Amino acid sequence: MAVKIPEMKQKWPHKANTITIGATQEEGGTRTSTITVGGETALPFYHFEGEMPHPPVVAIEVWDIPPDDWPDPVREPFEEVSNDPGEWARKCVEEYGADLICLRLKGCDPHGANHSPEDAVQAAQRILKSVGVPLIVWGCGNDEKDNDVFPQLAEAVSGENCLLGTIKQDNYKTLTALCTAYGHKLIAESPVDINIAKQVNILALDAGFPLENIVIYPTSGALGYGIEYVYSIMERTRIGGLRGDQAMAMPILCDIGIEVWKTKEARATQEEIPEWGDASKRGSLWEATTAYVYLLAGADVLILRHPEAVQAVQTVIKKLMGGGS
Amino acid sequence: MIFIGERINGSFKDIGRAILEKEKKPVQDWAKKQKERGATYLDVNMGAASRNPDDQAWLVKTIQEAVPTPLSIDSTNIEVIKAGLAATDGRPMLINSTTAEEKKLDQLIPLAVEYNTSIMGVAMDEEGSPQNVDRRVENGARIFAAATEAGIPEEKIFLDPILMPLKFMQDQAEKVLETIQQYTMLSDPPPHISVGLSNLGSKAVDRNLINRTFLVMAIAFGLDASICDVMDEELISAVATAELILNKEIYSDSYLKAFRMKTFA
Repeated sequence: MAVKIPEMKQKWPHKANTITIGATQEEGGTRTSTITVGGETALPFYHFEGEMPHPPVVAIEVWDIPPDDWPDPVREPFEEVSNDPGEWARKCVEEYGADLICLRLKGCDPHGANHSPEDAVQAAQRILKSVGVPLIVWGCGNDEKDNDVFPQLAEAVSGENCLLGTIKQDNYKTLTALCTAYGHKLIAESPVDINIAKQVNILALDAGFPLENIVIYPTSGALGYGIEYVYSIMERTRIGGLRGDQAMAMPILCDIGIEVWKTKEARATQEEIPEWGDASKRGSLWEATTAYVYLLAGADVLILRHPEAVQAVQTVIKKLMGGGS
Repeated sequence: MIFIGERINGSFKDIGRAILEKEKKPVQDWAKKQKERGATYLDVNMGAASRNPDDQAWLVKTIQEAVPTPLSIDSTNIEVIKAGLAATDGRPMLINSTTAEEKKLDQLIPLAVEYNTSIMGVAMDEEGSPQNVDRRVENGARIFAAATEAGIPEEKIFLDPILMPLKFMQDQAEKVLETIQQYTMLSDPPPHISVGLSNLGSKAVDRNLINRTFLVMAIAFGLDASICDVMDEELISAVATAELILNKEIYSDSYLKAFRMKTFA
């Protein structure tokens, strides 16, 4: 007897927002390419249920100071260029295939090098001069200092349609106003908390910023360090958006390199823990594997560090999108 | 929640007069106001003001000039419903309503198919409004079966178990709640389930409180649509909170704002 298998495919009434980062000359910027992400009508890579019109993208992280605290396996590929954010970015794009660059303004940290807003502007401009891909600029994480740096920076890179971050529940007004004034996109950060993720978006909207110009950063954890919590939040966020919750329909960004290269698994040398094997391979594998998990959770933008992780993740994205073998 | 804004109804003096005098402004003002407050559909009901199909066509066109909101063509008169449908510009529509009477089903379901509209089925039959759960369920099921047989998908079928004024028929609201629960079991996904909410609090002093409390309870039983006063802020907030409690929405401190944002979309 023929058995009728019921149709189990899920159809969602809504879709994730689409966002474009970067602006070409015709669009008022100087980028030679732009990046568009989002627009999913189903869960990640469920090509049989809906569309994923834009593949996830990989940004490689560049600092405005030499990254002295990075462990050797991830510091060495950039050793010759780490004094110059422009050259560092060029290497990321030309040699390692970065889809975009994430400039992290680590040097502005008041408890570190305490660079001035002018220094930050210079770092961003050097990158914009040396590469044609779009730019993410991430503050040093000290709210007061970031609010001091971003006014000059956002203005200096106006027209470039950068992705700037981050805004948080208790610090969103300055950067939101700047992104409105100078036409940039925003990263909305929340501390592994879906309710706050939603709240930050509503706060930005309340401040007059369109939800369509926001990328959610739900905080990332490395593999083995709470990744499952972030995974379920990302999944629930996406499902909320697909169901029609506009405050949850944003593309999602994962900041992976910074988390992975803090872990013991990535940092320990082979001498320290011989049974863990070759340290020169281990960290980048940990980074790539973390990224795979986030791709499946719904990541649209991944920020990575190690060139081998970048290559591995880009290959997997191609495969998951139905290309390659 | 599907909100069907009730205010464009000829029983209200301003709308009744507007229909008779072909005065667009009051109609269009209420269309805009209800849309702004999140109405998913605007109910278009001439009430006692007119039974002339041309008036219904005028009313539909007048509303369409002002807002893009889907319309609920509300009449017991088939000619009036036809005139309303014929006047539309292709936006989503809801026929409001058929009953379980065969004569009505035979007329209205083909109309819903022809115009590709949703259809509201009120659980009345040849003998009038049922007073118990069983006949409400039976009538709802009959409407549901007729509509699905004609190829209308669940998401375009609305069932209304009929609310009575609490003040005069106090035993009925509870039966409506039980009926709602039974309707949710008709299919998976279930059809939409809707009530004419304002009927419940009719003539009662605390009518808004009564309506609001019932709506929250009904949502817990599976109701997902209501013809109601979308201008009632407390009603909308109560619905937002009910959906939050049922985990249909993701909590945020500004969930009331988020809910309204969603409703306005």
